[in-house]
Amino acid sequence: MQLDIRLPIGLMFSLLGALLAVFGLISDSSSFRNSLGINVNLWWGLVMLVFGVVMTLLGRRGTASARLAEESPEGKKIEELEHQRGLEKES
Amino acid sequence: MKLSVIDWAIMVIYFVFVLGIGFALKRYMKTSTDFFLSGRSIPAWITGLAFISANLGAQEVIGMGASGAKYGIATSHFYWIGAIPAMAFIGVFMMPFYYGSRARSVPEYLKLRFDEKTRGFNAISFAFMTVLSSGISLYAMGLLLQTLLGWNFSVSILVAAVIVLIYVFLGGLTSAIYNEVLQFFLIVFGFAPLVFLGLKDVGGWSGLQSRLATVATSNGFAAGAWTHSWSFTGSPSANPMGIEWFGLAMGLGFVLSFGYWCTDFLVVQRAMAAKSMLAARRTPLIAAVPKMLFPFLVILPGMIAIALTYKSGSSGFALPKKSDGTFEYNMAIPLMLGHYFPSGMLGVGLTALMASFMSGMAGNVTAFNTVWTYDIYQSYIKRGASDEHYLWMGRMATLFGILVSVAAAYVTTFFNNIMDMLQLVFAFVNAPLLATFLLGMFWKRTTGHGAFIGLIAGTIGAATHHGLTLPMGAQAGVKGGWFGLIHVYPSELAQAFWTAIVAFTACFVVTIIVSLATRPRHESELKGLVYSLTERTSDEQLPWYQRPALLAVVVLLGAVILNIIFW
Repeated sequence: MQLDIRLPIGLMFSLLGALLAVFGLISDSSSFRNSLGINVNLWWGLVMLVFGVVMTLLGRRGTASARLAEESPEGKKIEELEHQRGLEKES
Repeated sequence: MKLSVIDWAIMVIYFVFVLGIGFALKRYMKTSTDFFLSGRSIPAWITGLAFISANLGAQEVIGMGASGAKYGIATSHFYWIGAIPAMAFIGVFMMPFYYGSRARSVPEYLKLRFDEKTRGFNAISFAFMTVLSSGISLYAMGLLLQTLLGWNFSVSILVAAVIVLIYVFLGGLTSAIYNEVLQFFLIVFGFAPLVFLGLKDVGGWSGLQSRLATVATSNGFAAGAWTHSWSFTGSPSANPMGIEWFGLAMGLGFVLSFGYWCTDFLVVQRAMAAKSMLAARRTPLIAAVPKMLFPFLVILPGMIAIALTYKSGSSGFALPKKSDGTFEYNMAIPLMLGHYFPSGMLGVGLTALMASFMSGMAGNVTAFNTVWTYDIYQSYIKRGASDEHYLWMGRMATLFGILVSVAAAYVTTFFNNIMDMLQLVFAFVNAPLLATFLLGMFWKRTTGHGAFIGLIAGTIGAATHHGLTLPMGAQAGVKGGWFGLIHVYPSELAQAFWTAIVAFTACFVVTIIVSLATRPRHESELKGLVYSLTERTSDEQLPWYQRPALLAVVVLLGAVILNIIFW
């Protein structure tokens, strides 16, 4: 399994988003004269942060790792089927 | 424009991630297939985003913004009749041959389908062209950073070149593709607020329309010329692009766009890296969805920029003029970033710009190193060496390609619009190629001699047409007319579109004539390479959203609707 691209994307946007949002919070309103009085750093920083967190979560979930069959409903079903057909003995 | 600490911090974070991806991927690069084709292992959504991002270099972001200011919404033709239909076509009809033949590059497909000389001609001209494009990308970036931020031209292009070198050298195509996806999101996040603020400032779409009416009338056009894409294409003199509907649909919509999106290895390589045939076919179709929306991100800021410039009184924004009195269109997007963004967002916007230049360059470099190693080095210079040797060669070719691009960057200084120049280069090399591929894939009678002589004829046709015509107001020379003068076009774009049409037609006709006069290959050798001799794969068992043909229909419908809205 190669590096999941969603991880670096997620981490970078979380970092950039958090940085922008904090910077937007601490800067005074005069710096937003150009952006029509909108605190674009704060709002857009938050949007980027949310995107970054979602991507990070998706990337972590997508990482392959060994899990027990009983942990998921699909796995349980397959196990039950195998027991019924005698493919697997109860241990 | 002045940068503050936060802007620098954002830029540095981006560079750290870019290089980090390269280092993280280094250990997966074990064979030449890993390096040049990502081991054919990438999911469709990633190759899809890389498919459009590889093209999202200088030409797209700066060029499309510039064209938005210069021609208005008509620039969307590059997308809605250009790229989208071509992407639907390659996904449904052409990808089965590219991916199915197991060719490692577009020139290699030509070798399998035709013969050695056709591949050689294509490989060498392509290698030349990609290095040139990469140089243009670098040049544009250096110039931009110099005018915008007062950075030293040589230092900026060298730093960018070294970063691209490191991550491609380490992680090969995978590294380039991953960084293209990263850059895709950066562009979206960096430009979306710009469009929002700009539109809010001019009073929404209706406000922009009334502002642009002033622009149109003061340039001698009807009021809607900047806000309607088709209404004024009845005659070339009625629209700022200087082209009528036929030249537009045929030259841009068919020959140039299909030529670029369907045969240019730079983009096709991304689809070839996909993990399965189905993923490869879905790559351009997935790419078409965001591509369709890109005009709003890159063309609108240009249109807003020109609208603000013409607003009498104090809008606080004006495009600068060049010494000859024409606008500095290429500055439209960069200056808009500076106009609307406070420190912080400005850093994101500028980083997105730089990212687009760098990944545009990386795209060219990865295409170049593959064609060089497989189609030139392995075929003509050193056959039968070990795989490690070709992997090493790929890394050396990366280094060489970047050195040549840096040299090319210093040479590129002619046209006032990068777009026009790239279109011209593509017209010479790419436009005849489309005829070769269409005939090769869909007419089994096409022969290697036919393809080769057809390609030469197409290129000569393009050069002759360019040499005999001039855009209005230009001097004979690089812009044409160096052969004589039989026709003057209203604009460089019109000339480029017609050059493409001539090249395509010449190649198409000559290929057919020569093919009929030469002996075709036996049909058994053409299985999997020609449409009529390849088994159709059935998509019936797939859910509807995975079927290429259905996705293509959806995508085309979207393009039709957008064309109608902005008619």
